Amino acid sequence: MRWLLPHPLVSLGLLVLWLLLNRTYAPGPALVGIIVALMGGWALALLDPGRPRLRRLDVVLKLTLHVLLDIAKSNLAVARNILERKSDRRAGFLRIQLELREPQALAVLACIVTATPGSAWVEFDPEDGQLLLHVLDVGEEADWVRLIKERYEQPLMEIFA
Amino acid sequence: MIEMTAELPWIAAVPVALLLLIGAGLTLVGSFGLLRLRSFYERVHAPTLGTSYGMGCTLLASMIFFSVLQGRFVIHEIVIGFLILVTTPVTLMLLARASLHRDRLEKNEQVPPPR
Amino acid sequence: MTVTLLSWSLLLAQLMIGTAMLFATWRVLWGPRAQDRVLGLDTLYVNAMLLLVTFGIRAGTDVYFEAALVIALLGFVSSVALAKFLMRGEVIE
Repeated sequence: MRWLLPHPLVSLGLLVLWLLLNRTYAPGPALVGIIVALMGGWALALLDPGRPRLRRLDVVLKLTLHVLLDIAKSNLAVARNILERKSDRRAGFLRIQLELREPQALAVLACIVTATPGSAWVEFDPEDGQLLLHVLDVGEEADWVRLIKERYEQPLMEIFA
Repeated sequence: MIEMTAELPWIAAVPVALLLLIGAGLTLVGSFGLLRLRSFYERVHAPTLGTSYGMGCTLLASMIFFSVLQGRFVIHEIVIGFLILVTTPVTLMLLARASLHRDRLEKNEQVPPPR
Repeated sequence: MTVTLLSWSLLLAQLMIGTAMLFATWRVLWGPRAQDRVLGLDTLYVNAMLLLVTFGIRAGTDVYFEAALVIALLGFVSSVALAKFLMRGEVIE
């Protein structure tokens, strides 16, 4: 099975993408889609990006839910920031010490942080794990550290354990 | 102007209209922030309004509209949504790093020094 | 009746996205820095993609879907290329 499907999730994603773009579930396009998905998996195995091991599907779901909720909240917060021109708003850089070292997990964390309005991932030092963030409305610095470390980093470490 | 001809039942038309307005409104506010915020690093945050829920609401409106119109599940908008979701953070991160790099080259006091 | 509701909300949404595109264009034209222009261009691409989606709803066909997808892809590639250039190249402002 391993030689046929070295990256089952990637192959499945490619097949779904193929079917969505073709807008049909007829056997002909589906067969071509399966071939494309298999070849995509093999190509990725040749590139060898390292195989992340995903565990704890329940944590994945919980993290996804948290992220969707947080993005909605910060959408509103940033919209208010832009429209109201609050006088006590302080934008600034934050440094946070991360424990996470897995490249794939760091990529996911970077996407989460940047996709959330109000916080942007600026720089990461892979040697000592220092992350430089830019935040639109800093408020209490400890809140940001807690948000990144407990709400995102902790579950990611469980998922990519 | 293209004439609108599709007749939808109320139960689908109202959510589609609301989602369209919310999505476009968020996009507008985000782009307005691009105009209004004062430094580049603050402005990086503005477009994410449009690329997160602004885009999500508009695409969801399109999905509901075509699903009801054609009487089957039309969800290929997910492809666009996924694409934007994955690519926007990459663009913004690269831009922020490029900007930091340039500011450091110019010895700009407002950015943190390299460690 | 729902045609009226939908076409008015579509018109309003399109006007809002159009205004958003004007704001982004302002950043592209009047920087001040090169990174501001790239950021404006990226926003412009995403807004144009959303505008195409609303056009697709108005026309009731999904021929606009492919165009929106291509614009989203092009926007990503060009913004990344420009950001890379800002990091390495000689930028004349």
